[in-house]
Amino acid sequence: MKLKSLLVGLGLLAGVATVQAADDPFKVGFVYVGPVGDLGWSYEHDRGRQELQEFFGDKVETTYVENVPEGADAQRVITQLAKAGNDLIFSTSFGFMNPTLKVAKRFPNVTFEHATGYKRSKNMGTYVLRTYEGRYVSGIAAGMLTESNTIGYIGSFPIPEVIRDINASYMAAKSVNPAVTMKIVWVNSWYDPGKETDAANALMDQGVDVLLQHTDSPAPLIAAEKRGARAIGQASDQSSFAPNAHVFSVRDDWAPYYIKVTQEVMDGTYEPKDFWGGFQEDMLSLASINDNLPKNVRAKIDETYDLINSGKFHPFTGPIKDNKGNIVVPEGHTLSDTELAQVNWYVEGITDEIPR
Amino acid sequence: MDIDLITQVLFAAIKTGTPLLFIALGEAICEKTGVLNLGQEGMMLMGAVVGFMAAYGTGNAGFGLLGAMIIGMVMSLIFGFLVLHLGANQVATGLALTIFGTGLSAFIGSGVVGQTITGFQPLSIPVLSDIPVLGKVLFSHDVMVYLAVLLAIIIAFVANKTRLGLTIKAVGENPNAANAIGIKVLRVRYLAVMFGGAMAGLGGAYMSLVYTPMWVENMTAGRGWIALALVVFASWRIGNIVLGAYLFGLASIMHLVLQGMGWSISPNLLAMLPYVATIIVMVIISADKYKEKLLAPRSLGKPFDPRQMA
Repeated sequence: MKLKSLLVGLGLLAGVATVQAADDPFKVGFVYVGPVGDLGWSYEHDRGRQELQEFFGDKVETTYVENVPEGADAQRVITQLAKAGNDLIFSTSFGFMNPTLKVAKRFPNVTFEHATGYKRSKNMGTYVLRTYEGRYVSGIAAGMLTESNTIGYIGSFPIPEVIRDINASYMAAKSVNPAVTMKIVWVNSWYDPGKETDAANALMDQGVDVLLQHTDSPAPLIAAEKRGARAIGQASDQSSFAPNAHVFSVRDDWAPYYIKVTQEVMDGTYEPKDFWGGFQEDMLSLASINDNLPKNVRAKIDETYDLINSGKFHPFTGPIKDNKGNIVVPEGHTLSDTELAQVNWYVEGITDEIPR
Repeated sequence: MDIDLITQVLFAAIKTGTPLLFIALGEAICEKTGVLNLGQEGMMLMGAVVGFMAAYGTGNAGFGLLGAMIIGMVMSLIFGFLVLHLGANQVATGLALTIFGTGLSAFIGSGVVGQTITGFQPLSIPVLSDIPVLGKVLFSHDVMVYLAVLLAIIIAFVANKTRLGLTIKAVGENPNAANAIGIKVLRVRYLAVMFGGAMAGLGGAYMSLVYTPMWVENMTAGRGWIALALVVFASWRIGNIVLGAYLFGLASIMHLVLQGMGWSISPNLLAMLPYVATIIVMVIISADKYKEKLLAPRSLGKPFDPRQMA
């Protein structure tokens, strides 16, 4: 991928060559793993950056580098951003964790924030979304909408975040539809529209009529629309791809966090933390809920959203058994954020095994 | 597995195999004249992005196909000029073409990422599509699937039953002898390379116009390489290529279907298999002593310079 690196390098040159304003604005850099036009993960991070820029106006200057491969290139890009005088750098993919940490050690006066990781230092914090909250509401909708009592989940990689969300979806679906079963297919990619289409079709061939996805392309929604099934959008508002099939999209919104951290670093009150944001922090929302949903389904979606949003309900509250019969969350206990980051079991009722 | 599921799986297998079929057919003809073009992935991606942009811009998927074929030919001409005219190494030039196409397609396509088009609608053949099972599996596809099969039949006929087929074979087996009896070796090779480019463009357009339909960077995900391996697996025989393409389509669908049925095979392992097979074939193809056993065209990969003949 020499050419890709070259393009990344050129993009970087273009990025850092922005003219410095007279009153020396606070500089914030962003590193994205995908193109900003992916209409998923990187797109939403860039929307956060734009809102940050709008919020602070002239006081802040933002730059971004897109399509940065995870690995050695990432370290070079982050170093460049630090050298270019950025005061705060957000690196937005799990694979940027070690590169960010290394650069953070070399530039103690720059603040680093890494999305979805677990390594922190005195000038590097982490932030992550409570995607399982959105999945729980998705599961409620899926469980009520399925007529075949079979829902499908397109998984990316069997990592704790995805496994946790599979569990949340299934527990929710089961709570409204005891007869529901869930089929899980892994595509080993965050973004492969061809493979995601195949997976969606393979699931629908086996009787699935509501699709959930943990991959970022709108391909499964397009496939569901073609065959009259339903699907729930991921990361950004994907309703335009499937006007009939689209139930709602669980949309990421990073802007509130980017604004908050930028303010803190400007004020000198910043402390590196392990930050989790969800409905309550307005970092997750249900976008474009379809008008064609039955009234009772719509009401239940709203009710579940309110319960989680108000903090009255947490999906991972015991007792919860795994699918081998062991108690994984005892009665009266709610999984802490640290425990949530380590979920490696399927909940009772999922007739499948986690691939190793 | 009930009959409905089997029907659906076979239907999907044919769809998944179709882009491979386009590319493998084009590359087979190209290789039959002695030119090994490893740039399939790059030409395919360019076909996918230009096809999508043309269809998006004009609102007509037919223009998409046309655009994809033209850009495929332009890409193949770059390769042809370097390899046939300047005598550059075919393997290295082909690899360069793939890297170039991957980068360039991402660059020019960034504006249409996430856009949607209608693409081709399925075209059920009357009467035949009403046959139980077979009707659904074979006769309810979109027009591109039929086009691929039709092209395969025409190519098989031309390659095996016509004078043109003999010419192609002569050029690939012994370019010096072909040159001696007055065949313009380089012209035949240029045309074959361009034909391969147009077919790779079509294969790419199938991905972006029919299969998903959308454009994203690197969306072909290695299918060009699998098609290259397919040509070798099939011993350059058109009939085998058709079977092989659908068989591979079936394999890649089955690994998703089996997961849905609750088989706990590591998906990583299954997803890896076609690429492992590709690597093995690539190793074999580059070792001279196996070439004859596989019925490879004898001058495959070797440059030909008519000026040195005189």
